[in-house]
Amino acid sequence: MSERLAGLRAIYRREFRSYFSSPLGYIFVVIFLIASGYLMVSRDFGRLLELREANLDPLFTYVPWLFVVLVPAVAMRLWAEERKSGTVELLLTLPVTLEGTYLGKFFAGWSFLSLSVLLTWPAVFQVARLGSPDWGAIVAGYVACLLTAGAFLAVGMLFSALSKNQVVAFILGVTACVLFLLVGLPQTQEAVGGWFGGYAERLIESVSLLDHFEIMTRGLLELRAILFFVVFTTVWLIAGMVLLNQTKNQ
Amino acid sequence: MESEETTGKKEPDDVSSPDMSQDVNEPGEAANEAATEAEATSEAAAAEEAADAVDAEEPSTARMSSSDVGDSPSQAATAPLDLGEVLIEVKGLRKHYGDIRAVDSIDLQVRRGDVLAFLGPNGAGKTTAMKMITGFLEPDGGEVTVCGELMGPLATDVKKRIGYLPENAPAYGEMTVQGFLDFIADARQVADPPSAIDKVIGMTGLSGVRNQVIETLSKGYKRRVGLAQALIHDPEVLILDEPTDGLDPNQKAMVQDLLSSIAADRCIVVSTHILDEAERICNRALIISNGKIVVDSTPVELMRQAPGHNAVRVTFTDDVHPEGFIGDFSGLDWCEGASILESGEVEIRPRSGRSRLPEIMKLLEDKPVETLRVHEGRLDDLFRELTKGVTT
Repeated sequence: MSERLAGLRAIYRREFRSYFSSPLGYIFVVIFLIASGYLMVSRDFGRLLELREANLDPLFTYVPWLFVVLVPAVAMRLWAEERKSGTVELLLTLPVTLEGTYLGKFFAGWSFLSLSVLLTWPAVFQVARLGSPDWGAIVAGYVACLLTAGAFLAVGMLFSALSKNQVVAFILGVTACVLFLLVGLPQTQEAVGGWFGGYAERLIESVSLLDHFEIMTRGLLELRAILFFVVFTTVWLIAGMVLLNQTKNQ
Repeated sequence: MESEETTGKKEPDDVSSPDMSQDVNEPGEAANEAATEAEATSEAAAAEEAADAVDAEEPSTARMSSSDVGDSPSQAATAPLDLGEVLIEVKGLRKHYGDIRAVDSIDLQVRRGDVLAFLGPNGAGKTTAMKMITGFLEPDGGEVTVCGELMGPLATDVKKRIGYLPENAPAYGEMTVQGFLDFIADARQVADPPSAIDKVIGMTGLSGVRNQVIETLSKGYKRRVGLAQALIHDPEVLILDEPTDGLDPNQKAMVQDLLSSIAADRCIVVSTHILDEAERICNRALIISNGKIVVDSTPVELMRQAPGHNAVRVTFTDDVHPEGFIGDFSGLDWCEGASILESGEVEIRPRSGRSRLPEIMKLLEDKPVETLRVHEGRLDDLFRELTKGVTT
């Protein structure tokens, strides 16, 4: 197994550091924190201060929608830039495997996104001041956010492996992520149920990222929900590796 | 093939003649020096010496010579002497891009001590072949063995023994030179990264820009950073795709000197379309055209096959009209022809590129010769001849 993942650690270290060697990483963190903070306290959205409830739902509810734009922005450069600048050739001729490299980049990106999410910790202090929060729900909510970030990152990485153009990779990544969220909206599920019947409605509900996210933010660390994210992410990662292997050979 | 070549796992100490590059080059250099001497002095004896030197080296310079050069003198070559261990073995390598056949059944052996020039027009298949040898591309057919082990997607041990400089020397622009080399040493699991980095920084002259961000460096420095990362683990196999492309003459000379200095105990494959470079640093030259190897020889041997090699160019005093006697040369069995060049010089071309200076001197002894020089021939002309019809 370790032979298949050769290079993962070295690639991870380089990639993770690279987020902080240019302003882009800092800009991302700042935008995420400002946007999530605004959505959490805004009177039109989260209304944290107005509701005065000791939970972080006002934050967690909007995180997937923020990730729809921000995670593909992190993912778009991961392969597109390597392929455009030619460093992919340098990288994959080092004593590393494609799997090790791909996962090294994925885990670095995921760590960076996780760091950004965890920087929302002042919100936790705020709700603790408001009352006695359900700490289990908060932990589950954060786990859901991290799993959603990983899932969207895997989606975005596939499109980054597909195109040398970062903008194209970004647009395709955003489109795919939006679709995966939209299928979770009740309106979409009802419409699909109306057109194709209850079976189709249950089918899209079962692949809905949003549904599984909401199960977890309710404080239920259900194995089914966790497995959904793990399988979803793994499938996209494997598809991305296959695709990268194809595109690099063309 | 001998068994030790098949396994290809001998240690450097086992190699009988690691300095093969010198063995091969020296006679050629002697020939070149002697030919230059003849040019300067116009003495027949010196030219004869040159011809003898070239003739004497013939068995050891030409290698596989599977070339399509036709009836070139190299085909008479015998087996090379003091062969080093085979470090790269390529068998039936093929790669297609759609309908385009980029590499078409290439067979190749590169030995320790070889400095092999991959020559060919743009789009001939040089870079694709290199990408397959280094394991970046998977071939459609055939196999690559490096240091006795098969190259493949999981062949990380093989990749540890290869140093590779891709075309245009790509590097992570946002990193410093030190940071970039740290990463490469980490990925290559170099035993003692600080000393390995210090060593390559010294070798490639990067100490002044060690902490500078790569994207702010000049093209020459960026190329050196690429070379440093390729050399950091002291690889047995060094593959360089156009290492001097776009460099100024001083930078080119620096890179060429560096490669010459490290050539003895490894094999180096250099892709280039600068023929002078191949002549200067390589002891073996391979011309690829349309994805196939059309010539596998030595630069010295290629020079001998170049059109106009050993042609004698003569000018006469003003009162002589050479039109009257150049026809005399055409009738001689050793002479391919004689003509008047645009410069006014008379060019006498011997057959097969062999030196015929004594005979020419004899025939010119009653003519008022003003200047006389022996032309070495141009590799560019041979290159064009062998790769004509290839447009990219």
